[in-house]
Amino acid sequence: MDTSIGGKGHFSRAFSRLLRKKLAIACVTTISVIYFLGIFAPLLAPYGYNEQDYQSIREGPTFQHIAGTDLKGRDVFSRVLWGIQNTVIITMVTILTGGLLIGVSLGLISGYYGGRVDSIIMRIGELFASFPDILLVILLAATLRPRIVDSVRWLEDNTWLDGIVKSGVADYLVISLALVSFSWVGMARLVRGQVLSLKTSQYVESAQATGATPFRILFVHLLPNAIGPIVVTVSMGMGTLIGTEIILSWLGLGIQPPRPSLGTMLLEAGSISALRVVPWMLIAPGIVAWSLVLCWNLFGDAMSDVLNPNTR
Amino acid sequence: MWVYITRRLLWLPVLLLMVSAVTFVLGTYGPGDPVRVMLGTKYEEETADRLRSSLGLDRPIVVQYLDYVSGAIRGDFGESLRYRGRSVGSLLASKMWVSFQVNMAAMLVSLTIGLPLGFWIARHQGTWIDPAVIAFTLVLMSIPIMVSIPIVLWGLCLKLSWVPCSGWGGFFDLRIVVPAITMGIPGVAGLARLMRASTLDVFGQDFVRTARAKGLRESTIDIRHVLRNAIIPIITILSFSLAGMLTTGFITERLLGIPGVGDFAIQAIFNRDYPVIMAFTMILSAAFVIANLLADIAYSLIDPRIRLS
Repeated sequence: MDTSIGGKGHFSRAFSRLLRKKLAIACVTTISVIYFLGIFAPLLAPYGYNEQDYQSIREGPTFQHIAGTDLKGRDVFSRVLWGIQNTVIITMVTILTGGLLIGVSLGLISGYYGGRVDSIIMRIGELFASFPDILLVILLAATLRPRIVDSVRWLEDNTWLDGIVKSGVADYLVISLALVSFSWVGMARLVRGQVLSLKTSQYVESAQATGATPFRILFVHLLPNAIGPIVVTVSMGMGTLIGTEIILSWLGLGIQPPRPSLGTMLLEAGSISALRVVPWMLIAPGIVAWSLVLCWNLFGDAMSDVLNPNTR
Repeated sequence: MWVYITRRLLWLPVLLLMVSAVTFVLGTYGPGDPVRVMLGTKYEEETADRLRSSLGLDRPIVVQYLDYVSGAIRGDFGESLRYRGRSVGSLLASKMWVSFQVNMAAMLVSLTIGLPLGFWIARHQGTWIDPAVIAFTLVLMSIPIMVSIPIVLWGLCLKLSWVPCSGWGGFFDLRIVVPAITMGIPGVAGLARLMRASTLDVFGQDFVRTARAKGLRESTIDIRHVLRNAIIPIITILSFSLAGMLTTGFITERLLGIPGVGDFAIQAIFNRDYPVIMAFTMILSAAFVIANLLADIAYSLIDPRIRLS
């Protein structure tokens, strides 16, 4: 890809532009810290997510429990760390499968082959896009959950596999499937547009003339040109994705208790009765959820500036 | 452009038919039996069977679906399974009216803050104010609604006791303040940016230079020449995006006990009341698609550089 004039590639120039944006750097740092805390929650969390301390129930922040304890005496800070872990896993799985795997390949196929394949894929995308944002996700999560949990239970009963439901994998599956449903459409459209604009360019034609397979043309010649816009779309969409995951858990359709998630923690802390008695319960999950969404939004904005400098 | 609009309009019924089919399949494929939800835990199998056949739930899915669609085309969305004897249409209409009022109040908050703010930062383009304000509105926009509502409630209701904590009393009731603020503030960021761009556009026009050359006062130029012209595109776009606004209330209505359509739909999903789910999804999807189309058209009318095809 290092083909531009002056020896410096598009991406290294973009990277140096990014380094000059202080806000974006601050955001990347915040996101990394939060993700680090979440991924290493088993090592970093001072208490287990379900560990009750009967000596200090409903206690405000102290040295022992830096974010306070909840109504059952569980350490809020530890629970937030475990909750972040869930959010990180789910959003990563969704981006990798829905956004990248499904969205990008469908977009490539749709743009390259055109004709009937293209119109079928795009019409299905249109169908998914015509459900109002979050409604489809809620509908899917509500209807898929019991089915998936049932089939996982069946798997546990009939094979040597055990403890899948308890480990929360089924929850991950439900939420990711629901989130994937809407996250692939935008990506497919974007990649399709990129492919369409490059399909007739000379270097693709010469690749075709030398007998390159469609697979090679798609992934070696066309995909690298779409990486910039893909990165922008992913980073701009992450904030919404995290917000949606939190909403699902908040509605009781996501991670099931006793496993903590930011959504259920916010639900527990957000009622009037909880605000009256244990207002600090809101602080830690609230700050984490807010800064995750904010930092991804700001970072996405910065990436869009950096990778498409001409649009501003 | 007319070709484009006609094609989109012709495509709309097909799209809605597909949406309804998907929703119907999800509804019937989903777990739980509406009859069992209705009867509670203790019931005779015979009663359940009778109820099921009186509701027509024992017929094949395809027949049920076709029956539903033929009713829906005539504007009959059936009866709610949860609230027996009430038509889905009338149930939804009253709930939608509540949600509409909440959304209007939120929109009012967005407008009264967003428009002046956007104008103000356009006037200060190139100074630190411009990026700082934009960043600040982004900070406000990014608060998840389930975080912002408790914060506002804690302040306005528990600490200051200015407003009641939950409930609903209509548009001119104090209880509308919290949803209006929490749903309206996130919209400020987008509006301020739009207004800023629009204002900057007008600032560069010849007639503004002429007005300045005539020696008019700055305030006169701002109000008479700039503001008026900058607001037109924004109002046009906003008025068409109104239809798409019904979707935002799920969390707010649930948390604040507002009897709107968002909370109603969530309850319907949990209660397996699929006539309600179906009708809600259909109405919302239709509104959503039409609003998007109108906004597309509005954009292309305002900015001829955007071509519809």
